[in-house]
Amino acid sequence: MSPPSTTHPAESSPLARLSRINLQQYVVYVGFVAIFVFFAIVLRDSGFLTSRNLVNIALQTAPATIMAIGLVFALSAGDIDLSIGSTVAVSALCAAMAMAAMPEAGLLLGVAAGIGAGLAIGLVNGLLVAYLRLPSFLVTLATMGLFAGVARSLTQLRSIPVTDSMFTGLFGSGSLFGIPSLVIWTVVAVGIGHFVFRQTRFGAHVLATGDNPRAAMVTGIKVPRIRLTVFLISGAMAGLAGLLYSGRLQAAKYTLGETDLMTVIAAVIVGGTLLNGGKGSIIGALVGSLMMGLLNNGLILMGLSVSDQMIVRGLIILAAVAVSLRETTR
Amino acid sequence: MNQSPTAPVLALGNIRKSFGGVVAIEDFSLTIAPGEIVALVGDNGAGKSTLIKIISGVYVPTSGSILIDGEPVAMSSATKARENGIEVVYQDLALAEQQSVYMNLFLGREMTKGPLGQLDRKSMIAETQRLVDELDVRIPSPHATIRDLSGGQRQGVAIARATHWAKKLILLDEPTAALGVAETAKVEAIIAALKARNIGVLIISHSLDQVFRLSDRICVLRRGKQIGIRTTAATDKNEIVSMITGLNAS
Repeated sequence: MSPPSTTHPAESSPLARLSRINLQQYVVYVGFVAIFVFFAIVLRDSGFLTSRNLVNIALQTAPATIMAIGLVFALSAGDIDLSIGSTVAVSALCAAMAMAAMPEAGLLLGVAAGIGAGLAIGLVNGLLVAYLRLPSFLVTLATMGLFAGVARSLTQLRSIPVTDSMFTGLFGSGSLFGIPSLVIWTVVAVGIGHFVFRQTRFGAHVLATGDNPRAAMVTGIKVPRIRLTVFLISGAMAGLAGLLYSGRLQAAKYTLGETDLMTVIAAVIVGGTLLNGGKGSIIGALVGSLMMGLLNNGLILMGLSVSDQMIVRGLIILAAVAVSLRETTR
Repeated sequence: MNQSPTAPVLALGNIRKSFGGVVAIEDFSLTIAPGEIVALVGDNGAGKSTLIKIISGVYVPTSGSILIDGEPVAMSSATKARENGIEVVYQDLALAEQQSVYMNLFLGREMTKGPLGQLDRKSMIAETQRLVDELDVRIPSPHATIRDLSGGQRQGVAIARATHWAKKLILLDEPTAALGVAETAKVEAIIAALKARNIGVLIISHSLDQVFRLSDRICVLRRGKQIGIRTTAATDKNEIVSMITGLNAS
């Protein structure tokens, strides 16, 4: 009935919209396929394409993917959680120590201790950020160091074995209908995370909070509560990642998760989540995480030294992040 | 003026607000009838924003009464004001730039369906389309992202949001301050059309031309004092200017 807008035809034309969507949102899928195809050709004789190797990639990326889900919530709300790596170690150690102390309580106690530790760290971060209004970058930079220290002092750097077979089955070597438990955990966490993020009011409020906290506030969204909650989610996800690590390795050590932060941030950003909030994607983070896993695996199979791997991985992450941010930071 | 026998949507009686020893508003009274547009004018620091914040529940007045539809209300928070049917279009619009038009319209009050509380996007989109058509806010689509819209379109979305939720009163704070000539005309047309919805509109504007184009009555504030209320048709710019400045212009 009303004539179409004439003020900004270029911005609303389907072509303009298409080109923007293409670059921003699909870079991770294009990158994933490109890296996959590259390794499939270059490493065709090195066992890259064997189902065993591909399953292995999926298993290895599970903890990072779980952590990435938490980080999507934190970043989308306009905050960042740098403490997730340390949280993994503390959670894994708490779970292992609890089970060692009371073997008869086993699985349940281990899960409660691990997730509880993650939630506790998330609570500390969240309260400092949401209610004392300290910048999350600095808060979690500090708690990252703090809890890395806690992880070291908990067991005087010793590794704690995890012997509960229920626990190691559920969070490690087990499987259901032939599907490895780590894959099931990944699928379930991504499914729930995606639903909450995309389909619920909470997800919408997280995005609004990261996008424009004042707008969120004046429309009745309880911004501090949202910010606290995303840190609880981030902490709980890191806690779950800690359980997965200790289940798979049948042991917990302070080094768990130590090197994951960079990978997880890269996976999330490449997956289409903005660093300054207001936009995010759980599925993108999953694909980003798998992409990082492919990269890791392929570079090792290519026989690169550890130092060369770090350099190549850094360069590829830099390129991917540059492409995915190019349009959004205009 | 409005001849309907219904109670005014908003009646402020002897409102006074002081911060410590500083009096920001003293003895302010105003009624707004349904379908009436009242302009609030005054120089910088006259107390307009304080008054807006009192009506929108951000500040609690030191003394005085606030009646909505003849019922006294305690406006203790912005949420309370919204529950009482009062919506504010802020100067900065309070839109989430990277979200769609329809999510902004329902920001904080999203429609849901099903036992899991899923967002009911379909209903929100349909409702948004209906509203922008009705108000003639010309946006490409309810799916459009706010940052892809022009200033006038954004203002239109902010007004549409207020219109959707306001049952009694819309407060407009400098609605066209950042807009060009054509866009200002468009936004003014949208505001003028609000009269038909039988809600009250209180508009703050620095542009006297705009005030004279849109309002039924003009209320002048100077240094926290209520200088007077004039019927727009029975006054002129000189009188209003001299009321605002306190100088005799004639």
